[in-house]
Amino acid sequence: MVAAYGAGAAVALLAGSGPVARALSAAGAIAGAGAGLLLGLHALAGGGAWTVAVPEVVSVAGGLLFRLDALGALFLVLVSMVAAPAALYGVGYSAAYAGRYSLRWLGAMLNLFLLATSLVPLADNVVTFLLTWEAMSVASYFLVLTERDRPETVGAANWYLGMTQVGLAFLLASFLGLGAESPTLDFADLRGAAAGLSDAGRGVLFALALVGFGSKAGLIPLHVWLPRAHPAAPSHVSALLSGVMIKLGIYGLLRVGLDLLGGGPPWWGMLLIVLGAGSAVLGVLYALMEDDIKRLLAYSSVENMGIITLGVGAAFLFQSLAMPRAAALALAAALYHVLNHAAFKGLLFLGAGSVLHATGTRNMNRHGGLIHRMRWTGPCFLVGAVAIAGLPPLNGFFSEWLLFQALLPGIGVASPLIAVLMVLALGMLALTAGLAAAAFVKCFGITFLAIPRSDAAAAAHEAPVSMRAGMVALAVACAGLAAGALPVLATTGAVAAGLFGLATEPPAFRLWLTFQTPAGLARMSPPAIVVGLLGGLAVVWLAVRVFASRRPLRWADTWGCGRVGQTPRMEYTATAYAEPLRRIFSAVYRPTEDVTVDHHPESRYFVQSIAYRASILPWFERYLYEPVLARVRRWGRRAQSVQSGSVHAYLAYVVVALVLLLGVLLATGAP
Amino acid sequence: MLLFAKMLRVGMATVPLGPSLPGETELLHLVREVDRESRRLFGRALAIREVDAGSCNGCEVEITGLTSPVYDSERFGIHFVASPRHADLLLVTGPVTRNMEVPLRKTYEATPSPKLVVAVGDCARTCGVFKGSYAVAGSVDQVVPVNAFVDGCPPEPAAILRGILTALRRPLRA
Amino acid sequence: MSGLGGYALALGQAGLCLALAPGLIGLIRWLKARMQNRRGAPVWQPYLELRKLFAKEVVVSTNASWLFRLAPYVVFTSTLAVTVLLPILAVPLPLDGVGDLLVVVYLLLLGTFFLALAGLDPGSAFGGMGASREMTVAALAEPTIAMAMFALALGAGSTNLGQIVARALERPAEAVSPGYLLAFTALFIVTLAETGRLPVDNPATHLELTMIHEAMVLEYSGRYLALIEWAAALKLLIFFSLLANLFVPWGVTASPGAGALLLAALIYAAKLAVLAAVVAVFETRVAKLRLFRVPELLSVSFVLALLAITASFLSR
Repeated sequence: MVAAYGAGAAVALLAGSGPVARALSAAGAIAGAGAGLLLGLHALAGGGAWTVAVPEVVSVAGGLLFRLDALGALFLVLVSMVAAPAALYGVGYSAAYAGRYSLRWLGAMLNLFLLATSLVPLADNVVTFLLTWEAMSVASYFLVLTERDRPETVGAANWYLGMTQVGLAFLLASFLGLGAESPTLDFADLRGAAAGLSDAGRGVLFALALVGFGSKAGLIPLHVWLPRAHPAAPSHVSALLSGVMIKLGIYGLLRVGLDLLGGGPPWWGMLLIVLGAGSAVLGVLYALMEDDIKRLLAYSSVENMGIITLGVGAAFLFQSLAMPRAAALALAAALYHVLNHAAFKGLLFLGAGSVLHATGTRNMNRHGGLIHRMRWTGPCFLVGAVAIAGLPPLNGFFSEWLLFQALLPGIGVASPLIAVLMVLALGMLALTAGLAAAAFVKCFGITFLAIPRSDAAAAAHEAPVSMRAGMVALAVACAGLAAGALPVLATTGAVAAGLFGLATEPPAFRLWLTFQTPAGLARMSPPAIVVGLLGGLAVVWLAVRVFASRRPLRWADTWGCGRVGQTPRMEYTATAYAEPLRRIFSAVYRPTEDVTVDHHPESRYFVQSIAYRASILPWFERYLYEPVLARVRRWGRRAQSVQSGSVHAYLAYVVVALVLLLGVLLATGAP
Repeated sequence: MLLFAKMLRVGMATVPLGPSLPGETELLHLVREVDRESRRLFGRALAIREVDAGSCNGCEVEITGLTSPVYDSERFGIHFVASPRHADLLLVTGPVTRNMEVPLRKTYEATPSPKLVVAVGDCARTCGVFKGSYAVAGSVDQVVPVNAFVDGCPPEPAAILRGILTALRRPLRA
Repeated sequence: MSGLGGYALALGQAGLCLALAPGLIGLIRWLKARMQNRRGAPVWQPYLELRKLFAKEVVVSTNASWLFRLAPYVVFTSTLAVTVLLPILAVPLPLDGVGDLLVVVYLLLLGTFFLALAGLDPGSAFGGMGASREMTVAALAEPTIAMAMFALALGAGSTNLGQIVARALERPAEAVSPGYLLAFTALFIVTLAETGRLPVDNPATHLELTMIHEAMVLEYSGRYLALIEWAAALKLLIFFSLLANLFVPWGVTASPGAGALLLAALIYAAKLAVLAAVVAVFETRVAKLRLFRVPELLSVSFVLALLAITASFLSR
């Protein structure tokens, strides 16, 4: 509850928009995050679950009820971990907004958003959950809408709000279905009620919850708001949206699917695996084609959510096949990836924000050479890029390794359908890992390396101290999650085991990671890998110093076959880098290319300009959303005919409605 | 299978390099002595980058012959590389045309020390038949410091090879 | 084998791989030369080249950043780190608990990642092209490697390298099972792709437009080039070791005696020589594929790997 105080206190700082107010508002957020972090860590380290009831508020639906258990604590820690650096970063970042946009609104909404997001994992009752969920969505809507004089921002925010509300409708349906038989709407009672439902009923409820939470998590095909909303929001908000908010979709899925409904038949897990693998591959494929750095990161979030969902689906599947240990392992891997992704995606978005702040553009084809001018952002972004590509020695690798190991038992399952599915899922996971590495070579390489491609990039300046501090904090978090892989894994393992009813051991620090697979032993040692690589690097460097030539290094022009001078036009662009993959995966992309050549008026032999336009087909928008939206518009227009403008007609509607309602009440015999 | 049958049938095609032919020693001009350190360094492994500074490609055809099975420069540890950054020796042909003057200089600058230059062909030393042309900037020695010239129009691959090896004071046997 | 002796063995393995790697490249080049009916350089030529490169000056582009100078060390270290994890001379491996087959694959990917970034750094068109193509090929080869690994893991029960070798030693009949043979073929194709041999990439080409790996290193000179070349040779050695010791593990000893280790080293060198001969013959026979035909080749290897898993699954 200290978290609530800390974050809430800053909401009161709506006064003023000067630098002091910005700093204070961020300080409030950081204090709240710190409190949340302590609370969560305490609960994870062995403190039992505790509850707080506030029955006076919203008493008509049972009042507010909060409970902190292991799963909630993990997500609370997650929120706090990213919130503090993001808020710190926001101090410097929002300075650019002074005078143009309302900083009070930004600060207030940020704190409200953090408060709501921290409270969602604590909710123990339908009302509390939906209230905090909706507060989180609405606050983030306003945050996305910060730069409201840009038309694309308004469009993005509209998409976002629409999809959030649709998701909420599905969630409402799911919860109400669950609560139909239950005495109260408390989660404890819902668990009992769920046990009494039929399989078909539970399946329907699960599907409804999946749509609701899946749209928040950004699973294909409900992901379309992500690449619009995340780039449009201010960068620290993007970091929070991508790092924290979409994870709550996973939280919801776990809470409703595993905790309340208690798991289900294999098709639940298989559906999740299919959606997860699809999101992962499609997410990274679209990320590869992006030239806008923040859209690339947004699609990469879709990819990582797909990977997490794959793990969660495997957990559901193994549970339904009575393999609780394998299920716990899969879930532990997925939760570890949740933490890791929050850390490195938050870092990457903060870095992208720095780049945007310095150059004024998100288009990677206008960047270049920033590593020379941005001496802090460059290395931080590199840490994030290596982590998200899943490379040792950073944290992304350890969670992907674990996910692979967790999925392996699925190949040995008796049912051939499931075995085939697992094999394909493993293949897609491997493909995703490779493509993600390619995407982040593009993201980091084109933005930071080589020569500046525009004047803005050539004149880039480093970010102010607060922004740098935020980025460094998250980079340290990534390294910490990597070096401390074993304790973190033990913690997530304990959480996962708890959900499946297995006995948990207290988190202990071990050097080797060893666990049983059905037929053998899988072993890896994260600390040894980290130490080995860094130590090896030092040893090799020393050896080369000793044995190699003592000649000093000479600086010269880049070798260009003896050509005079080098211009930025000669280096690779983001589009060019991804072109081989565009051709190879053209079945998915359906690219169209358009080349326009302007000839000199005097002669066709001289060309004045050549314009090249390439675009890829937006499958989901064109074939899924636009037909639906077109139909909705059509119905809306038909419904408009009801609004005749005549008062008499409206009075008649009221009378008819009353008569019908009385009729229904009489028929059902309600008092 | 036909390929492998042919390989076995042809056998070893490489011809021993042998000493200079009579009259060939006048074709080789050692201009700058190669220092001991370079000679020791490039004793058994030499990377060559070929630069065409405006030649008619006659010398290039002969240089291509260097890597053929008959003359086989690789047996002396000599191999051709794709970038001057990887090279030790620049093999320059042609009178240096005005367009190729700057690229040749840039290639020389791009090569890491210690480096050598061997200029191949009459054009490289005296501008050959192109001497005095409006398009020619000068001989190779006027653009980059040359270690040895191998005269001929074009010189035989064996002569080029002997020229390189003599400049490095290496024995002519592999 | 545990304790100090174990670590000595691991280091000795790394040293042996470092020492053999350039010789392996030299052997392949010598065999190709002989097949081209010429004398060719001696087998130890790459050692002489490395020695020369370490003594040469380093020239760095003014556009390049600290990443350009860091990358060769990262590539070399990550490749060397893999050699410590491989079953080369003896099982059980002393550092068995540190990493398994997945760790090996991702360590190699780390090297590729940094090399691609280093290709982009100087801002030349060739570097960008090399980076783009290299990452494309690496990304497409990943699923095949994963599938082949899992085919092996299915048989052995885990992805632990020592366990895979031990299992194959226990059951010799499995080495000729369809699952293993298919996985071998798939992994062989991936080896050619990842190490830049024909038909995917020509290591001896001078035409920049046909380069994949070479294009990224055009800017490197001196000791950086030496580190990268050595790392490339090590990578080839690593893939050969995986092919040799996972699929044909006889020769890997279980006892730590000096005589047994020496014999293991000799058998290992013999296996490498055989694989080198196979690759040399193959490279002489085929021509390089167009870049956009390489995905077709890699999807063939993927299908083979999928079949390998199916076969392993069915035969359990």
